[in-house]
Amino acid sequence: MQRLLSIKYIILVSLLFISGFVVASEPGNTVSSDAVHAEGVPENNFENTIPLFTGKGFKKKTAAVETLVTVDDARVLSILQAMLTNKLYYVKSDKQVVFLEKQQENIKVTDVISNEILDITEKSKLKKISVNNKLRKLLRGYIATLRVKSQDDKVRAAAVQQVIKNMNETSYALLISLLETEKNESIVKDAQAGIALWDLSSGDKQKKLAAISTLTNSLLPEVKNKLESLALPDADGNYLEADELVRAKAKSALVKINDRIAYYGVLENIVFGLSLGSVLLLIAIGLAITFGVMGVINMAHGELMMIGAYTAYVVQQIMPNYIGASIFVAMPLAFIVAGAFGVAIERLVIRFMYGRPLETLLATFGISLILQQLVRVIFGPTNQAVVTPAFMSGSLEINPVFAITYNRLYIFAFSIMVLIALVLILKKTRLGLQVRAVSQNRNIAKAMGIRSEWVDALTFGLGAGIAGLAGVALSQLTNVGPNLGQAYIIDSFMVVVFGGVGNLWGTLVAAMSLGVINKFLEPWAGAVMAKILVLIFIILFIQKRPRGLFPQKGRAAES
Amino acid sequence: MRNWLKKVAQYTVVSAAVLGFTASAQAADTIKVGVLHSLSGTMAISETTLKDTVLMMVEEQNKKGGLLGKKLEAVVVDPASNWPLFAEKTRELIEKEKVDVIFGCWTSVSRKSVLPVIEELNGLLFYPVQYEGEESSKNVFYTGAAPNQQAIPAVDYLMNEVGVKRWVLAGTDYVYPRTTNKILEAYLKAKGVAQKDIMINYTPFGHSDWQSIVSDIKKFGSAGKKTAVVSTINGDANVPFYKELGNQGISAENIPVVAFSVGEEELSGIDTKPLVGHLAAWNYFMSVDSKENAEFIKSWQAFIKDKKRVTNDPMEATVIGFNMWAKAVEKAKSTDTDKVEQAMIGIKVPNMTGGTAEMLPNHHLTKPVLIGEIQENGQFETVWQTEGTVPGDAWSDFLPGSKDVVSDWVKLKCGNYNTKTKKCSGQNFK
Repeated sequence: MQRLLSIKYIILVSLLFISGFVVASEPGNTVSSDAVHAEGVPENNFENTIPLFTGKGFKKKTAAVETLVTVDDARVLSILQAMLTNKLYYVKSDKQVVFLEKQQENIKVTDVISNEILDITEKSKLKKISVNNKLRKLLRGYIATLRVKSQDDKVRAAAVQQVIKNMNETSYALLISLLETEKNESIVKDAQAGIALWDLSSGDKQKKLAAISTLTNSLLPEVKNKLESLALPDADGNYLEADELVRAKAKSALVKINDRIAYYGVLENIVFGLSLGSVLLLIAIGLAITFGVMGVINMAHGELMMIGAYTAYVVQQIMPNYIGASIFVAMPLAFIVAGAFGVAIERLVIRFMYGRPLETLLATFGISLILQQLVRVIFGPTNQAVVTPAFMSGSLEINPVFAITYNRLYIFAFSIMVLIALVLILKKTRLGLQVRAVSQNRNIAKAMGIRSEWVDALTFGLGAGIAGLAGVALSQLTNVGPNLGQAYIIDSFMVVVFGGVGNLWGTLVAAMSLGVINKFLEPWAGAVMAKILVLIFIILFIQKRPRGLFPQKGRAAES
Repeated sequence: MRNWLKKVAQYTVVSAAVLGFTASAQAADTIKVGVLHSLSGTMAISETTLKDTVLMMVEEQNKKGGLLGKKLEAVVVDPASNWPLFAEKTRELIEKEKVDVIFGCWTSVSRKSVLPVIEELNGLLFYPVQYEGEESSKNVFYTGAAPNQQAIPAVDYLMNEVGVKRWVLAGTDYVYPRTTNKILEAYLKAKGVAQKDIMINYTPFGHSDWQSIVSDIKKFGSAGKKTAVVSTINGDANVPFYKELGNQGISAENIPVVAFSVGEEELSGIDTKPLVGHLAAWNYFMSVDSKENAEFIKSWQAFIKDKKRVTNDPMEATVIGFNMWAKAVEKAKSTDTDKVEQAMIGIKVPNMTGGTAEMLPNHHLTKPVLIGEIQENGQFETVWQTEGTVPGDAWSDFLPGSKDVVSDWVKLKCGNYNTKTKKCSGQNFK
């Protein structure tokens, strides 16, 4: 059946092609007669290539793309880009190829050839010209080739970087012609690397040696692979490269490159560790207040983060067109919502249990289950999608082997900001003074006229609010679902206990060092073992120093 | 202490649920259908949907007049993602509720926990999720994919169509990924892939910090040979994994990831833009264009009262299992386990991809295998599929221990018959 169908399509498409051909070769048609070869076969032009895109099957589409790129027309690039971003459609009834733009609720359909806006409002009348991975790769390659001629430095730089990943005769010629006019230094460097890379495959010894010396400082993976194939013997012990000198040069270049890669590997581990540490800091810092300052073992801490994450989700649902702004709206809102939950929990449950840590533990664990089930009832048991704003996606590529992702970078800055704000609140404000007073000696604080009950409620609310902020950050990293809190509760207690109860700087140092230790263990021990080793390390450490890294000193610590 | 509290909480919830259902039970003679899916805890995210699917099938069957002139009645219990509780709940369903059949379980560990109870009490379990194989019980029908119906064809596709030469096998650290990866590793080596071209990586449940691992994959993949990731990463850990992939700029064109546990439902919780082009191997996609599928999606969205709710592969497996059971009960004219078990074998029902599913003597199904690429709208576009269906193989041909083992509940009456020693070990019914 399916085979029959595909035959039908082949016939259809070839009919279409032929009819296009017939129309095109008719005298008086818009196609000028110069475009027609002596044999009567029309030169591929933009108008008669476009119908090829409606063919079914990726092979036909690939052929269509390959035909289109041979056409010299300014519209080609926009077609390729639209195809790559899934904006290229065709009308089901007459197979007219169109661009589809979504404008909030409405769609805008434009004909690709005439650029006229068509009167089509329902998407169901269109069919998407879908692409697969192979086709996407091909498209990206062609787009880059076309963009090398772009006027914009950034576009050109990205295009050159894409082109040198797949060097061939055409791209070699392209880069050489680019170098004649190129002024931008970094683009020149990239282009030279690309040319050198291709020279390595040439037969000319001098060219090869020159290429190796150009590439000694390159960290591109393609360079490393190429040099390896020159310098090292293959599986059978034969050398691909016959010349000794080239081999030796390649080897020494390879050693240099590997040294630099190893150096960046260590740097990368430190950065990854600090970034994991910043997440740990963010989730632990609220707990450092409720557990560290107030002494309440709050098992519902994770669920307060979950509430923060769901707040971020709800805010995005309310303002779906302003994803970037929604994060900034969600942060104060999450702080308020989670803080309100915190105050409510303190007033309704915890205040009856001060001084009885075991009961508090059980009660707050019960609260955590209630909150989880509450979320399941309201939002359903499935995860919710929180969109990452554009400015937080992607990564800052410092060189081909070292890149830092933006979301981690923002979260790092955010957690440090939260920590500083919290320290300022505790050290510089009246509330902070009262919090410290109550936590050091409740009775004397009361005697001095501090309403200790209100201070308790506000402190707990502050800790909960910060958990809510952490939730917004986590919504950018992981699932927003009912189980979000459970995944982080153990980690956050670990950090607070390791850092020393009641010490914010201890929490900072503990979070960062645990993050870095974890990341250095992970490559050789595996993720599962690394986690276990870190836990064992903390248990041993607590045996030696029960009060953590930075124990509280003085009389307050004794009580 | 924590566990104890958890249990108390679970019992309260569960007994409330059970009370609710028994109260509404009809007094007349009914056929009872047990539903054993977690409605709370970690697995609730996936299993709640399957509970709803069974409820929908029961409702539809009742609209058609029930079975053998009796109405069907669903008995729902909540094993709360707690593996030992699965065994207790199975006992409760069979001994106390006297259900005729159970639809349930998701994780392999929950199925393994149910297995001794269901065999002891001679019950009937329909298990609707893809799993690692290496099992065939008289009392269980496996309507999800065995490794040869998902993992092996996916690897074949990558090897032959995409030209992959280097392999990352990444999984969550538990029985399904470990067994599947063992099978895949043996398979790859049999195909001539060298040890240095295979990287195996396990992560804990719910792993959320993927920076180093993704960076390792990136380095592993930059060695000049086409690299792919075969992912058996389970559940919640997928979202941060894919996010990290997107952020570190690993696109599907360079290093495609083929996943066995990521379906439409999981994708509906992710921002799918950075994932476009990554792959999944299943036996069903919501996007499949067939009459049966269109009807199923329509009735599901009407039942759940949500126009945007998606369907997925385990749901299809549940529906196929339910339809087969209903057909077998009518054929056997009884709900007796032994009669239904024999009637089941050879039963054919249409699947939702336009073909037919047949129950084989080893209690596994024939299934088509589909490879799909993730689209921006969270759906899959089929890029490859097997011609016709693939029969499920309970015992993998690529593991030294199970190569010679076969399962046949018609002729041999045995789930693990060793063709070399001519012995049937373990569960043996004569």
